[in-house]
Amino acid sequence: MIEITNIQKSFGDKEVLKGIDGQFYKGQANLIIGSSGTGKSVLLKNIVGLIKPNEGEVLYDGRNFTHGDNNLKTEVRREMGMLFQGSALFDSMTVQQNVMFPLNVLTKMSVEEKSERVNFCLQRVGLENAHKKMPSEISGGMKKRVGIARAIVNNPNYLFCDEPNSGLDPQTSITIDNLIKEITDEYEITTVVVTHDMNSVMEIGDHIMFLYKGHKLWEGDNESILHADVEELNNFVFANKMMRRIKSNM
Amino acid sequence: MRSLGKYIIFLGNLVVRRESFSTYLSLFFDECIKIGYNSIFIVTIVSSFMGAVTTIQTAYNLVSPLIPNYVISLVVRDMTVLELAPTIIAIVFAGKVGSNIAGELGTMRITEQIDALEVMGINANSYLVLPKVLASMVTYPMLVVLAGFLSIYGGYLTSVLTGVVTGTEYVYGIRFEFIPFNVTFALIKAFVFAFLVASISAFKGFYTSGGALEVGKSSTSAVTTSCIAILCADYALAKLLLG
Repeated sequence: MIEITNIQKSFGDKEVLKGIDGQFYKGQANLIIGSSGTGKSVLLKNIVGLIKPNEGEVLYDGRNFTHGDNNLKTEVRREMGMLFQGSALFDSMTVQQNVMFPLNVLTKMSVEEKSERVNFCLQRVGLENAHKKMPSEISGGMKKRVGIARAIVNNPNYLFCDEPNSGLDPQTSITIDNLIKEITDEYEITTVVVTHDMNSVMEIGDHIMFLYKGHKLWEGDNESILHADVEELNNFVFANKMMRRIKSNM
Repeated sequence: MRSLGKYIIFLGNLVVRRESFSTYLSLFFDECIKIGYNSIFIVTIVSSFMGAVTTIQTAYNLVSPLIPNYVISLVVRDMTVLELAPTIIAIVFAGKVGSNIAGELGTMRITEQIDALEVMGINANSYLVLPKVLASMVTYPMLVVLAGFLSIYGGYLTSVLTGVVTGTEYVYGIRFEFIPFNVTFALIKAFVFAFLVASISAFKGFYTSGGALEVGKSSTSAVTTSCIAILCADYALAKLLLG
């Protein structure tokens, strides 16, 4: 479980996060949702330690990540996997080398063990024939899948996904969402997904946190979100015609 | 001052939380090829012409019959060893390698590849930059030796082909009152310049933020700052070791 307490972050005079508390549960897809510019990605970067919060702390299964020493941070980070918005694959490496990278640097596995693990992960994300391809030769959806394979190759306890559906068509988006959900259930990991896609919310949202202008306004699951009594959340959830139709039929 | 402080912290981070030796070894050799081997062509062209032009211009200026012809090659030798090979080639090196390092790291930064390394628990400073700095410090002195040789040889070919100095006079001149310390001095300069170019360019690229435009600006800034640093270090080393 990941616990965040009073996370505050400012950039110059601009206060982006204004004291956010919350918990992200093990074995669940925890979603952080909100409109653009509400601080979702900044919160995620604070959680994974790419940005240091001005105030507050992040605990990973009781371990204080924010105020821990470098050894603790490295230890926790080696239990993380992250899928970035733009996939962040290494351009100069093939798909196979990208997925093998964490194993090469962080483990002492033999070449055979590493190849076996990489084959398994690529198979798990449905890319068994893409080993030798370069990132520039594959589609956006495939890049996301390679990103997921790289994120899970080291058996992480925590999986983070920053806008996993951005730039993807609806069908591929659902495939990626389902993959994230399946991996979360299969390996009992704590998954945190930043998204503003309502399809993802309805598809995989076990636990949802809604951010609005740097505040947490609501928390719940994908059933209760449709009945929430928060105006800002309703404006976000029912912004499109399809969701308004669902609401009118409820 | 803030940038200088940030640069010093950046250099400090190169040597903490390192990965295994074998990881760095393969990266180091890759960088040696990218930085050193791939610069041989441009260094060859620049240094050969540099020697040729220096020979012709020195001959043009030394018109007194009291000055023997071998002085031309003596001047070419000292100019090459003391200044042209280590410093002018360093400027070329900053243009080629510096912009490449800054562009590569800047692109990695804006496409979140550096963030990906950090999230994996890898010290991105050390993993990405240390092999580049070490490879630069190992290969650049070799390039300077090559440049010195080719510059003097370029001067020899020019003098023989144009007839401004005979081959025998040229060889006599380059051996006349040779001071071995000048070569040591050139190599010391090469080490310092290589470190400055690689570390400054990496620093500029590593802290790029924004998009493609900012990557371009980082590359330009890397070359400009490296050139200024080379010239300042050149003066400081000359004053310190020769003055």
